[in-house]
Amino acid sequence: MAGLKKAPAQAQASPKIATGIQGFDELSQGGLPRQRISLLKGGPGSGKTVFALQTLVNAVRDRQEAGVFVAFEESARQIVANAIGFDWGLAAVPKHKLFFMDAQLSPEVVQSGEFDLSGMLAMLKAKMGEIGARWIVFDGLDVLLTLLRDPAAEMREIYRIRDWLAVNQVEAAIITAKVDGAGADFVNYGFMEFMVDCVVRFERRLDCGVALHRIQITKYRGSDFAAGEYPVSFGSGGMIVDAPERTEIQQVASAERVSAGFERLDTMLGGGLFRGSSTLITGVPGTSKTTLAGKFAEAACQRGERTLFVSFDESAERIALNLTSVSIQLKPHLKSGLLKMYSGRTESISAEDHLLKLKALIREHRPQCLVIDPLSAIAKSGGLQAARAVANRFIYMAKDEKITVLVTAINDGAEPEGEATDLQISMIADTWIHLSYLIRNGERNRALTIIKSRGTWHSNQVRELILSDAGPMLADVYTAGGEVLMGTLRWEKEEEEKAKAVQRRSEFDLKHGALELAEADTRARIKDLEQGLQRQRLELATYSSGNEARIVSSSDREKELRRIRSADLTTLETADSLGPPARSGALNGAGKSGQKLKVEARNDS
Amino acid sequence: MTPENGRSSKARPPAGPPTTSMVVLCLYVVDQAPNSVQAVANLEAICQRHLKGKFKLEIIDVIEFPQHALDNGVIVTPCLAKLSPSPTARIIGNLSDTDKVMRALGIPAASGP
Repeated sequence: MAGLKKAPAQAQASPKIATGIQGFDELSQGGLPRQRISLLKGGPGSGKTVFALQTLVNAVRDRQEAGVFVAFEESARQIVANAIGFDWGLAAVPKHKLFFMDAQLSPEVVQSGEFDLSGMLAMLKAKMGEIGARWIVFDGLDVLLTLLRDPAAEMREIYRIRDWLAVNQVEAAIITAKVDGAGADFVNYGFMEFMVDCVVRFERRLDCGVALHRIQITKYRGSDFAAGEYPVSFGSGGMIVDAPERTEIQQVASAERVSAGFERLDTMLGGGLFRGSSTLITGVPGTSKTTLAGKFAEAACQRGERTLFVSFDESAERIALNLTSVSIQLKPHLKSGLLKMYSGRTESISAEDHLLKLKALIREHRPQCLVIDPLSAIAKSGGLQAARAVANRFIYMAKDEKITVLVTAINDGAEPEGEATDLQISMIADTWIHLSYLIRNGERNRALTIIKSRGTWHSNQVRELILSDAGPMLADVYTAGGEVLMGTLRWEKEEEEKAKAVQRRSEFDLKHGALELAEADTRARIKDLEQGLQRQRLELATYSSGNEARIVSSSDREKELRRIRSADLTTLETADSLGPPARSGALNGAGKSGQKLKVEARNDS
Repeated sequence: MTPENGRSSKARPPAGPPTTSMVVLCLYVVDQAPNSVQAVANLEAICQRHLKGKFKLEIIDVIEFPQHALDNGVIVTPCLAKLSPSPTARIIGNLSDTDKVMRALGIPAASGP
């Protein structure tokens, strides 16, 4: 076994031959066994024929190998017509590469006695030799074998096919056969399964009214394989098997931040979302989840990043149009091809089909940013359990692809605190933004809360989300009595704050003016006093010099008088006694300070 | 095996509507395959017994003429095709159920042994 698995990848030596069916080659670790028979079994409509034909077409188209398709159940024309719905380009496949043999017995054919496949195999051998076919598909072999009505004969014919394949060295042979739901097989499958080297079981079952397709490899001789049951879906490219995700989470964490849509929200998130992270926006209908999602998408496109916007049950056109009312312009990005919008229907499609469709879209568009609005739509039809698993797988897948993903989810819970979503994605989302209505004073206002944001600081405040023709914005926060004010209350508070500011301003202006006036007044007074001082100094100086002159002249006069009147002393005495009172009277006129100054002046002299 | 044509035998006109034209038959076989060998024997017996002088039988070996068989919509062997008169018919198997073969070929059941 190990030897087979480790066989070198030489084209000849490889024990397996790829089917080209996405997911199946991973499950089977390389495809179907080379030069062996593979049995595909399952109920009607379980996808056996599509698998077989798709494998054959892939071989013809991708590897230029030729093949023969033997159709026992439907006419070749029907099969080709059915396959036209897939974009395999079947019509373009040349006839000499892919031959359909109509092996459907017409109802008019009468059976009388036993028949065998030797003639058919002879014809096939001739045809295969003619076109160089290396592949053969027997589709619906059970239909023919049951006509034998004899288990021994059936076994004999199966042996005949096996021997024929061995002798003719067919590269790969696929036999499809029906089993009914109850397990009562038409053909002896126990024997058939023993004989073939690979058995793949297909199943189609209903889960809550939605068809689920499953595939399981039940036997693979000489090889390891993923033994579980895996979802299958059918898209335009044909069958896709949802191979298991890696068990180990191997995501590269990025510290790079990308905008969540607008600046204030980024601020609340501590700088934006981490690239490659997942964000969940929850809220009841009408809380503008789509608007935030649209803003995120627009911001991504403005950064020049490829973006995929997936919506459900609402046309992409309508969403783009609606978003223009809040100034979110997606159309230019749609035109440039940067943005791809896809709108899916949720009715009658299982969650797994949605997942596979999304995978296909991601492969096709290669987005860096992805929006799904709402992800909860996938749980609309079909089982919730499956939808949960799908939602989780989807987010992990997006992370593996390093896509920054933003999903919205509607929570229909009656209680406003019911923030947990049915899908339980809140557990694996990195950032969880919750939108709600706050009803107070007869108003409904949108509130935004960041419930969690892994690995980053984030605001713990409830903020009001306002939608205007300028786009979504988060209002300034006013708290009163422990609550954030919103709507009219906020507006009133804002107005009040504005009025207060105006009042404060005018009060200030007034006081400022008064103080300026007072200052000017004081300055004027100081100037006045200084002028007075100057004047007095001048006056004093003038007075002092005048007094000196008087003192000198009076003593000179006395001497002169004495000299003249040396004989008459009495007269002299009278005149002398008159002098001092006249002098003191002059001093009194100069006032107190004058007297003091005069004293000093006298001392100086 | 070479195609054998209209072997006639003892005159014994079939009961029922007169057959104005020949019954043209073509049997596809695989030489040596047991079912094919049986089919040839069974058919010859039926023809000898019920279509004396009124049939034309061609036996074709699919291994020798695969394309011919493919073109004529042969799926399994042995396969008997009634080409004319109308309505045409097709019978698969070793033709062991004589009544069934006769009904399919439009030969009225024999009135006696």
